[in-house]
Amino acid sequence: MIIAQQKPLKDIAALISDCKKVLLVGCAGCVTVCLAGGEKETEIMASSLRMMREVEGKPLQTVTYTATRQCDPEYIPPMDEMVKDVDAIISLACGVGVQYMAERYTDKWLIPALDTKFIGGSTVHGEWVEKCGLCGECILHKTGGICPIIRCSKSILNGPCGGSQYGKCEISKDVDCAWQLIYDKMKALGKLDKLMEIQPPKDWSKSRDGGPRKAVREDVMIG
Amino acid sequence: MKYLSKLHKILDSGQFAVTAEIGPPKHASVEGVKHHAHMMKDYVDATNITDCQTAIVRISSIATGVHVLGCGIEPIVQMTCRDRNRIAMQADILGAYCLGMRNMLCLSGDHQKFGNHPTSKNVYDVDSMQLIQSLRRMRDDKVFFSGEEIKEQEPRFFIGAVANPFADPFEYRIDRLEKKVEAGAQFIQTQCIFDMERFERFMEKVRERGIDQRVHILAGLTPLKSWRAAKYMQSNVSGMIVPDSIVERLKSAEDPKKEGVDLCIEQIKYVKEKVKGVHGVHVMAIAWEEIVPEIVERSGLYPRPQVDPSELE
Repeated sequence: MIIAQQKPLKDIAALISDCKKVLLVGCAGCVTVCLAGGEKETEIMASSLRMMREVEGKPLQTVTYTATRQCDPEYIPPMDEMVKDVDAIISLACGVGVQYMAERYTDKWLIPALDTKFIGGSTVHGEWVEKCGLCGECILHKTGGICPIIRCSKSILNGPCGGSQYGKCEISKDVDCAWQLIYDKMKALGKLDKLMEIQPPKDWSKSRDGGPRKAVREDVMIG
Repeated sequence: MKYLSKLHKILDSGQFAVTAEIGPPKHASVEGVKHHAHMMKDYVDATNITDCQTAIVRISSIATGVHVLGCGIEPIVQMTCRDRNRIAMQADILGAYCLGMRNMLCLSGDHQKFGNHPTSKNVYDVDSMQLIQSLRRMRDDKVFFSGEEIKEQEPRFFIGAVANPFADPFEYRIDRLEKKVEAGAQFIQTQCIFDMERFERFMEKVRERGIDQRVHILAGLTPLKSWRAAKYMQSNVSGMIVPDSIVERLKSAEDPKKEGVDLCIEQIKYVKEKVKGVHGVHVMAIAWEEIVPEIVERSGLYPRPQVDPSELE
């Protein structure tokens, strides 16, 4: 899922300092699961902003709504009435949701309340880690199910580099060396010979370097 | 046979090679570089020119290499994968060759986190293995990384790579060395050796697989100036092993600098005499370039062999 985290509240408050009424929109998708922008977080943020403004003597009116998914255009129109008299919209979705909102409500100022971090999963409650680099051409079958594109700090395809020691990456003793993990897994699978194959330079045009990507499934298109 | 470089000729003819290292400065004057180059000139066969080592901005390795070459030393241009994509790399490979560079050392490069621009974006479009292989294909197959033909002069480098016997997983370090040789590496410089026992274990496995017959391995050695320097490397440089005995030896020395030099000379003599499969030494006198002549001379490696330019391509 997409992992996002809230921006500091004071930064969001500063962005809407001249607004009298704002709409805060949560998302019931990934950001609900990672506890950043679901219904609960949206309500808390709205009341926190109201309290801050109350203390400043400049009361703020808030409207809240949580979309099933902000990344899906069909869930946006129900907000058409709500946005009419607000000065700004604060979206608690990932960067995709913020953009769908901005596309529909062209005359409204959109404020992202979250920093969209990465796609990954949770380890323990309250901790999420990055797992996939969205490179557009999966090679996990070659690397024992461990992604070197995103989990190696140098995205090395023929690792590990000379900075791997005691199972950790040179950048930090808190970061596992992805290639140590790959080595251990391939060894356990009896497939170390696979690591002797020189992996050629990657086709980054399938990644973000090819410009915004599009995935098409003609068989499921309607009309 | 014509050789690609002086270093190539010395190594292929079975002579024990000596290389050193010059670190370009963090400003736009090469006076210091020239001073070090003139000083080392007769004592080394070639000298590495580091490529923004530890991710700190410095004069480029190729620009510095031009000045070093002008001082009469053959440069070994280092090229890391951190800062350039494959387009910029090839532009610099062609550029370096046309400027007279004949040795290139391919490496991953330290992460930018360690340097003076930790908020920069790293590139790693290709990795060091792919760089070695692509550089060989440019020379032997006359093709760019993409496979497109190089229609005129191809860059013909003597290709080097690095190996770190002190990084993990230890067993894979021999595999990875072999992989680099398969990719096209012709000479290897190792990470600084302080843990001689581990280096010997590494070399034993290298010899078992006959890798030392297929590539020239130069043992990397560094003179230490103080016990603090040793301690720093021991605790802060990932992929480095410095035994406590070395820290202690420098700590109890009356003249730590002299002790550091003595230790380095002992290590050079040891790898030359005792460790089979080592074809030379790479003396990395970090920020202490002026000590190189003394180390080479006292190690019994002076004078250096002469190479007739007519033997080179």
